[in-house]
Amino acid sequence: MSIWEYANPKKFMQTSARVLPWLVALTTAFLAVGLVWAFFFTPDDYKQGATVKIMFLHVPAAMMAINAWIMMLVASLIWIVRRHHVSALAARAAAPVGLTFTAIALVTGALWGQPMWGTWWAWDPRLTSFLILALFYLGYMALWAAVENPDTAADLTSVLCIVGSVFALLSRYAVKFWNQGLHQDSTILKVGEKDPLDPAYYLPLVVCILGTVLLFVTLVLVRTRTEIRARRLAALLARERSA
Amino acid sequence: MELKVSDLAVSRGGLVVLEGLDFALAPGQALVLRGPNGIGKTTLLRTLAGLQPAVAGAISAPPESLAYASHSDGLKAALDVTENLQFWASVHGLDAAAVGAALDAMNLRALARRPAANLSAGQKRRLGLARLLVTGRPVWLLDEPTVSLDTASVALFAAVVRGHLAAGGLAVLASHIDLGLPEAAVLDLGPFRPLRAREAHPPAGGFDEAFA
Amino acid sequence: MIALLVRDLRLAVRAGGGFGLGLAFFLLVAVLVPLGVGPEGGTLGRIAPGILWVGALLACLLSLDRLFALDFEDGSLDLLATAPLPLEGAVAAKALAHWLVTGLPLALLSPVLGILLNLPAAGYLWLVVSLLVGTPALSVIGAFGAAVTVGLKRGGLLLSLLVLPLYVPTLIFGAEVVKRGATGAEFATPLALLAAITAGAAALLPFAAAAALRINLR
Repeated sequence: MSIWEYANPKKFMQTSARVLPWLVALTTAFLAVGLVWAFFFTPDDYKQGATVKIMFLHVPAAMMAINAWIMMLVASLIWIVRRHHVSALAARAAAPVGLTFTAIALVTGALWGQPMWGTWWAWDPRLTSFLILALFYLGYMALWAAVENPDTAADLTSVLCIVGSVFALLSRYAVKFWNQGLHQDSTILKVGEKDPLDPAYYLPLVVCILGTVLLFVTLVLVRTRTEIRARRLAALLARERSA
Repeated sequence: MELKVSDLAVSRGGLVVLEGLDFALAPGQALVLRGPNGIGKTTLLRTLAGLQPAVAGAISAPPESLAYASHSDGLKAALDVTENLQFWASVHGLDAAAVGAALDAMNLRALARRPAANLSAGQKRRLGLARLLVTGRPVWLLDEPTVSLDTASVALFAAVVRGHLAAGGLAVLASHIDLGLPEAAVLDLGPFRPLRAREAHPPAGGFDEAFA
Repeated sequence: MIALLVRDLRLAVRAGGGFGLGLAFFLLVAVLVPLGVGPEGGTLGRIAPGILWVGALLACLLSLDRLFALDFEDGSLDLLATAPLPLEGAVAAKALAHWLVTGLPLALLSPVLGILLNLPAAGYLWLVVSLLVGTPALSVIGAFGAAVTVGLKRGGLLLSLLVLPLYVPTLIFGAEVVKRGATGAEFATPLALLAAITAGAAALLPFAAAAALRINLR
């Protein structure tokens, strides 16, 4: 039994069909508990008031926006090295989800930034990096949509994803260099240091993050199943045309 | 020097178009590929040229021995006839003498300084074929080489191919019309069509199986 | 490789269009921006480094879609792929030719446009230096984008969408060099980083571009 068995579409469809209901239930539970806890049972911040609760959407979305790209990079590498079709389709399936999380992070960030910094948008390094990340997602998805042959599309988008990752990382450092910014540093991992995240927020935030990770996995699984079906449909149509 | 193809399968647009191809060419031999439009003559030549991977089977030829001439001639309209040939000669490491010989062989001497933009279709084709002579490569893969050539030029072309074969060269030609090369072997591609259309690179386990 | 370089340069000169258009576009950007922003010299001088870099970048982008597309259409790319020259070398030669007919003239013309935009006197040298160091990266990154989109209909539009995000680090460091040079601040760090991007891109991207070309040719 090796992990590569799941690269077999049949095995993937069977296993994902069995896992999905549980995943949906778990995602709903985590998000419901996390968000209700966060919105109704945490205190207001002494400086930020109730707006601090935007954090429970903003932080998980921002984390998943980056993690989705990393997952696409890994899936692209697997496709290039081992030519597993499910891997290429999973990368394709993850892109719109990643873009959505990026958009959520940007929008919630704007809603949070308005009361805190007095502006919807600032050319702050973190904000700028996310905008650039959104552009990378757009380019990646546009390339998938533009190439007709699925194997060619998978190859080209994988190459783009790898080159894009290097340049996304470069952009991150370039943007930091360019402007020091308003955005505070992440406080989640600052336990024990000065200026940590309040413990009252810590646990609900962790629940929200776990819920968002589960949401991402669920959405990518569903979308990968759709992509496999679409691929099968395209193969059937091509066969019919040539027969 | 031999071109040998065993149990070759080739694909176009993700579907296998030809399979089970077996043939071998020795120096001095030519092979004409026959078949209706769309059967996969171009695909086969491109696979032989190494431009696309074979689905199955093997192609054995000495490295860097193949010269491919496609439908399009790879000419630059802004360059004149000699400059076009000179470019390909220097890419293949040949000198001006080869260019002169190629001009003479395809009867292009009078047009040597004319920009490719001002050539007729047949003249362009002749220039495209003259390019083969400046590659210095023994195996020619020709896709519809006589398209838009007049009778005199077809004869000229046949003489050039004969000269190439006599000098120990090989040629694979795709064409549905007569090339004036009665001595060449003919391979009808019809029987190599797969009986049932199938995907070229089906995923492990197959997308079909996933719905069984 | 030299033969390919010479051929591409000769084609660029004969066909005219290519680099003349890029330069004209660059000039137009430098004329239009003051018309939009207003004639006030201080403002123009402050935004000049950024405008000139963005203009150079867009002018570079303008001619990219023809880098491989013309060779793809007339069949030369097939023939190049079967030639003894490695495709990576062909990509490098074509990117170099592209730089010689776009990036280099842009860098040499930029001081004139600097005058139009009231660039402070200290900035001119660094404007030319930053463009000379940075525009090769634009050509190589662009060659990668052109290789990815070579076989596509409406490839030009997609090319911009793919390439512009990749231009971000080059643009930031390039404009930063000029900005700092013009105000007399320390500019060695961004210049070194800009040079590093150019060197890294020139060393690695031809391989990615050649891989993309091979995928597109099959």
